[in-house]
Amino acid sequence: MAIPATIREDFPILKQRVHGKPLVYLDSANTSQKPRQVIDALVRYYEEYNANIHRGVYAIAERATAEYEAARAKMARFLGAAEPAEVVFTRNITEALNLVAHSWGRRHVGPGDEILTTEMEHHSDLVPWQFLAQERGARLRHIPFDGEGRLVLDDLDRLINARTKIVALVHVSNAFGTVNPVTEIARRAHAHGAVVVVDGAQSAPHRPVDVRALGADFFGFTGHKMLAPMGVGGLWGRRALLEEMEPFLGGGEMISDVWLDHATWNDVPWKFEAGTQNVGDTIALGVAVEYLERLGMDAVAAHEREITTYALERLREVPGLRILGPTTGDRGGVISFMMDGVHPHDVAQVLDEDGVCVRAGHHCTKPLHRRLGIGSSVRASFYVYTIREEIDVLVRSLLKVRSLFRVA
Amino acid sequence: MSLDELYRDVILDHYSHPRNKGLAEPADAVRDGANPLCGDEIRVSLRVRDGVVEDVQFDGKGCSISQASASMMTELVKGKRVEDARQAIAAVKAMMRGEQTPPDGLGDLEALQGVRKFPVRVKCATLSWITLELALEDLAASP
Repeated sequence: MAIPATIREDFPILKQRVHGKPLVYLDSANTSQKPRQVIDALVRYYEEYNANIHRGVYAIAERATAEYEAARAKMARFLGAAEPAEVVFTRNITEALNLVAHSWGRRHVGPGDEILTTEMEHHSDLVPWQFLAQERGARLRHIPFDGEGRLVLDDLDRLINARTKIVALVHVSNAFGTVNPVTEIARRAHAHGAVVVVDGAQSAPHRPVDVRALGADFFGFTGHKMLAPMGVGGLWGRRALLEEMEPFLGGGEMISDVWLDHATWNDVPWKFEAGTQNVGDTIALGVAVEYLERLGMDAVAAHEREITTYALERLREVPGLRILGPTTGDRGGVISFMMDGVHPHDVAQVLDEDGVCVRAGHHCTKPLHRRLGIGSSVRASFYVYTIREEIDVLVRSLLKVRSLFRVA
Repeated sequence: MSLDELYRDVILDHYSHPRNKGLAEPADAVRDGANPLCGDEIRVSLRVRDGVVEDVQFDGKGCSISQASASMMTELVKGKRVEDARQAIAAVKAMMRGEQTPPDGLGDLEALQGVRKFPVRVKCATLSWITLELALEDLAASP
């Protein structure tokens, strides 16, 4: 089943004009737009049953609790979790990855141990491991990438060894669009007893994900990139791992009992959810998940594949444009590029005048850009509501950039 | 708000033909500046003799606004007395904050006024000036 042509009607923001031109939003890898259904869910929560969860005995509190836990069940189903208790809600994926580094990492990583990530990681999947390595005296290692932005696995048998405790990698690169062979890497990590942490920020919104089939032990996601509001994300983890972990933050609701000098912990997943949670946004995330399931994740992936293929083809018409990352094979709907003679910020500035929103910068992947010898790049990224006509506007606008900057 | 106001011809000219791009040798002060948000980096080096900026150069990578601003800065400051250079820095910073129209004698820099209408780009325009200011402070602090 294809994505219905009427889908754009669901996204109020897409109807507006900027600088007198229709909005062409090509920055969904940064944050996605939100459908009316998600916005309505948020309004409904605040207008009808705003109450704190797991506390009140009154009707609206019970409704809020039920809807919040229903969102957990929806997310668990969406990711292929064994049970809802394996899903922990956090503010975003950054917090989810920090949770793993703190609560699993501190317990299991010691001096001389190794943590393996890749050279294409987002800062949120680098810095928490740097904290951990520094604190525990562990060694950080990195899987390199090749000229097309694909991981080079030739040395994997050396990189994953008896000292490796954690292998953390991005499922779909937010800069290259590369789809990494997580299952193969996970198999080799598990052979050495390491746990596998997957950054799913750019995969869960865009393609079917089954965390267990993937071979992950932990899988982080963020709601705002998958049609939900900013402020909620989470972590899926195998129950046995979550059970043995210490809490991340201490406070209300994560406890079982508290004395003046000590406390005992609540069950999984609540022992990781200290303090009042982001109830409204989490419920809206549940609605976003249902929205994606109604479209069908196969259809979402197929739509993005088609748009990406079309974009790669049309971008070839722009002289002096160099694409970073793979141009063939299975890839995500993220295209980063450089334009000869024009700085990425200037490209984005000119595009903005035509209503085109793209990202210019390092996309929170500075080591990746440094490896390429550049400070920044331009990135166009797509989602369920992206249409071919928008790619046409992008290409026209890029040609305008060239003439404005007199790039021959 | 039109692009022509931002990308004035003089800015594009300095961008494609930067003046004084390189390293002052020998240099009395070298300072690096960066805009962590966009990853742009700049190095300003200068040599001062008898209170006069004998040479000032910039190097690095950045957008047209940051590169053009740096190029114009070197043109303006070279051969000026250090006090006058400081005054020019203050004038440009004030202009970019929107506090005053450019005083006479800023030459090509008048073109940077258009940047004020694009708030995120103001930092691009001021990066080289702030870096020069720090370099001059280093110089004043050194024996």
